[in-house]
Amino acid sequence: MKLLTHNMLTSHVKGVIKGYPLLIKATEVKVNEVEFNPQFVSRMIPKLEWSALVQAAEELGQRQDLPSDLVPDYETNEEFLKKVHRVLLEVEVVEGCLQCPESGREFPISRGIPNMLLNEDEV
Amino acid sequence: TMSSCRRPEHSAPPEVVSVLMLHSSRMIEIQTQMSERAVELLNLPEGQPCFLLDVGCGSGLSGDSLSEGGHYWVGVDISTAMLDVAIDREVEGDLLLGDMGQGMPFRPGTFDGCISISALQWLCNADKRTHSPPKRLYTFFSTLYSSLSRGSRAVFQLYPENSEQVKNLTLITAQAMRAGFSGGMVVDYPNSSKAKKFFLCLFAGVTGVLPKGLGSETSDKAVSNQVQYSGQRCRFKNMKGKSVKKGRDWILEKKERRRRQGREVRADTKYTGRQRRPHF
Repeated sequence: MKLLTHNMLTSHVKGVIKGYPLLIKATEVKVNEVEFNPQFVSRMIPKLEWSALVQAAEELGQRQDLPSDLVPDYETNEEFLKKVHRVLLEVEVVEGCLQCPESGREFPISRGIPNMLLNEDEV
Repeated sequence: TMSSCRRPEHSAPPEVVSVLMLHSSRMIEIQTQMSERAVELLNLPEGQPCFLLDVGCGSGLSGDSLSEGGHYWVGVDISTAMLDVAIDREVEGDLLLGDMGQGMPFRPGTFDGCISISALQWLCNADKRTHSPPKRLYTFFSTLYSSLSRGSRAVFQLYPENSEQVKNLTLITAQAMRAGFSGGMVVDYPNSSKAKKFFLCLFAGVTGVLPKGLGSETSDKAVSNQVQYSGQRCRFKNMKGKSVKKGRDWILEKKERRRRQGREVRADTKYTGRQRRPHF
């Protein structure tokens, strides 16, 4: 699971009001090399919950020098875009789980794939 | 036989059956073509990398078409066996194990588009799950609608070929409209029983012009290659971009025109254009 996906993921369990952001408890993380596409990163930034991204990167010990607030004029700031690219697309949670901040319910992650299947009483 | 091989969802649930399908080179070729056509029907802006959802992504064949187009994607599938194949194939998209009938677990406006190849009909089967197909379809479509950015599309490749599937299609489109989608069916090569393909093309948040089906130049005039559905919530304009005559939109536009001409016009209220009681 990449942090771009994590930033968009919420709990969809019935009755949960705010199942976002899911807390990451990782037992295995890897960092891949992914081709840098500044146009894509730039387009995604407005869609992100920035504080949730920073929090997730922190939880994985992969924050490095990612700032707490968005840099102004980021579209033309290649150095900044590269930092965002790394955190969004290169950092990957391989094993662990995602925990709902409201209910505590855990969604396991195995081989990089979060299991979002719900039980009958959660639908 | 080839036809029974093609419709395994008639015999067992998706988690078991999916892995049996799709790995002959001919099936791979067909799946790839359908995926590429679905991406084309998304009508994404030229040269722009987008963030897309692949529902029922399976082993990632359709996702590969998204990657080839320079896009980034998230795939959802209910089969761990298929997703394991996707991992081994080292697909570029991010994968989720999930049941589309339980809803799409994403924040509003996440995706620029959605494709789904040969997956939607699974939602029409009533199997061991306690919830009915209409409820699961509505849960799927309403959460999908929310997860799509306004103005984006969801394209579903389907096989509505027998009377059973035609019934399912009515169910599918009813729930999609209820969830807020507009759109319709695009049929490629309507006259060729071998090549004919159906794509349900849904618009999230805007009324779009339905794309033309392929092979329409050679088609019989009697054979339609488009079926357009209008949702109750969306006001359809005709192809020239003007409002339907005598509808509320038309009345509002006419009043505005008359105001611009300097005429005295009654204020617009909630009663404007409302149907009056019949007078005898």
